[in-house]
Amino acid sequence: MTEFRQTRQGYVDALIELATEIPELLVLDADVAKATKTADFQKKFPSRHINCGTAEQNELSVAAGLALEGFLPFATTFAMFATARAGDQLRNSIAYPKLNVKVAATHGGITTGGDGASHQACEDIAIARALPNMTVLVPGDYEEARRATLAAARHVGPVYLRFGRDTYPVVPALHGEFVIGRAKLLRNGGDVTLVSTGIMAGEALRAAEQLAAAGISARVLHYPTIKPFDAEPLLRAARQTRGLVTAEEHSIIGGLGEAAAAAILEAGLGTPLRRIGVRDVFGESGQAGDLLDKFGLRAANIAQAAQALLRPAAVPA
Amino acid sequence: MQSVVKDRPMLSDHQLALKAVALRRRMLRLIHDAGAGHTGGGLSCLDILNVLYHRVLRVTPGTVDSPTRDRYVQSKGHCVEALYAVLSARGYFPEADLATVCRYQSPYVGHPTRKIRGVEMNTGALGHGLPICLGMALASKMDGDAFRVFTLLGDGELAEGSNWEAAMAAAHYNLDNLVAILDHNTLQITGHTRDVMSNEPLDAKWRAFGWEVRIVDGHDYAALTAALTAPHPGKPLFVIANTVKGKGVSFMENVGKWHHGVPSDAELAQALAELDAAEVKVERVALNALSSGAIQASALGSTRSTSKS
Ligand SMILES: Cc1ncc(C[n+]2csc(CCOP(=O)(O)OP(=O)(O)O)c2C)c(N)n1
Ligand SMILES: [Mg+2]
Repeated sequence: MTEFRQTRQGYVDALIELATEIPELLVLDADVAKATKTADFQKKFPSRHINCGTAEQNELSVAAGLALEGFLPFATTFAMFATARAGDQLRNSIAYPKLNVKVAATHGGITTGGDGASHQACEDIAIARALPNMTVLVPGDYEEARRATLAAARHVGPVYLRFGRDTYPVVPALHGEFVIGRAKLLRNGGDVTLVSTGIMAGEALRAAEQLAAAGISARVLHYPTIKPFDAEPLLRAARQTRGLVTAEEHSIIGGLGEAAAAAILEAGLGTPLRRIGVRDVFGESGQAGDLLDKFGLRAANIAQAAQALLRPAAVPA
Repeated sequence: MQSVVKDRPMLSDHQLALKAVALRRRMLRLIHDAGAGHTGGGLSCLDILNVLYHRVLRVTPGTVDSPTRDRYVQSKGHCVEALYAVLSARGYFPEADLATVCRYQSPYVGHPTRKIRGVEMNTGALGHGLPICLGMALASKMDGDAFRVFTLLGDGELAEGSNWEAAMAAAHYNLDNLVAILDHNTLQITGHTRDVMSNEPLDAKWRAFGWEVRIVDGHDYAALTAALTAPHPGKPLFVIANTVKGKGVSFMENVGKWHHGVPSDAELAQALAELDAAEVKVERVALNALSSGAIQASALGSTRSTSKS
């Protein structure tokens, strides 16, 4: 049986682990501590948890001020508000002065439940990724989220961490060492490469199995770090396999797919690529599973895209 | 006193009290069935919406495209279930549609969107409603004061800085066609507003920003009506409606967890029983007043509502 856990829980469990080791660590939140899970940290370390109220712009700039004075703030709120509402603060108070602030965003992507599009951040990776100095981490399950948080705390400089709201399948293949800036080879294969970030890792692995059943050998590369982008394994895959399919719970604009496409083209390669992601539309209410189906973010969609790539007609000579 | 305007129903206090019970039932059932929703803040603002939609706003389902209709933007968009309950009761869409709220593929998502008949604006990210209404109010002025603009804010929401930018600008432009109502239930998600991010004294702050400020009991129909209809020449109006989060259901009142709490079957049954009792009480009070001669039958309101509701 697949176990399901929350990535946001991995985040907060790591914070609790870190608290003793790093006395400068502080957690900021904006009236959503139960939803982000930082309430768990607050219970254990009440004096190191600052609830800024429903005021995300203030929260991010306050974090910048605390970092200037030597604290290690983890400014936490929903991805929508961390990047969109407080986007200027993220850029000008945190990224530009290159401060040691970690911005932790939960409720990333479309799997947010009943709330609808106002709370479904499908452009947060694009925003964070476009900012100079910003490191962008998008872990795929509970344990990878925990390890990403530990790594972010030890990294000096601004980091954007993206987590989800729902419970997601535990993917043991993600549980190795977490090194910021390093992609993970989850499965080897020679025909086609599936490239995942975040919770799409599990879907990509399942897609590889479906493809194997159809006689296609798929490599799976996982990017828990979107930036700095680990181009080398991607380019190798672009040379060694006949096509790539990227998969992200995010808009196809500005995320993993575009990062991969740019890297491949700039290296002078013409390997065909397809992007699986939210296709430039707003989200809607629903259970996570229904939404992943609706927006085409399933293993079957990835496998289908891979098969389409490999059909001779799809590859111009 | 208020005159009856053609494109707006004018319910009596008695009718409003009965309506309030019906709306609470409708809202609680829909949250229960959807398995999601904002119960506490919905109950705290229902009486305000009741008065707005049955006495104050010059709107009907027939005027959704009329340029001169009054505008209402619910800035505290998370309480969309209260808005859906009122709009369906006013005939903007069938009550049966409420069975789909928050469901996969339903247009009735968990925050307001313009896809729904009667909803003026998408909200949900807090701190947008007031600045949007400021823009609409400016437009109304440019069009010769064509309509009035109303918004509903949460007290936790007031921590968003955008509210204060709009507060300054609205007074700067002397927008006396703009009304912001504060659902002052003193609670937000993580606790009491005074503990999370204290914002008092609110009356002095909004006055200092150049607004006319009125403080009312947000569950008193007559007081709300008076506060929302008396003119405020030259200034935007800020109505501090003192409310009770979870109002009308004893075990939800002033209990933080009901912000986003969904009633179980048993809790729904208990809540509905309390509402039944409240309805009986409304009728009894009216009958007593009638038989003692304290009021005339006409004061209870007849069927003279000028719009189907
Ligand atoms: C910009 C933004 N930040 C955070 C949230 C999450 N959120 C939803 S309701 C709420 C609390 C609002 O409290 P209040 O305004 O007092 O609402 P009420 O008590 O009327 O329900 C928060 C923080 C949001 N919707 N928008
Ligand atoms: Mg409140």
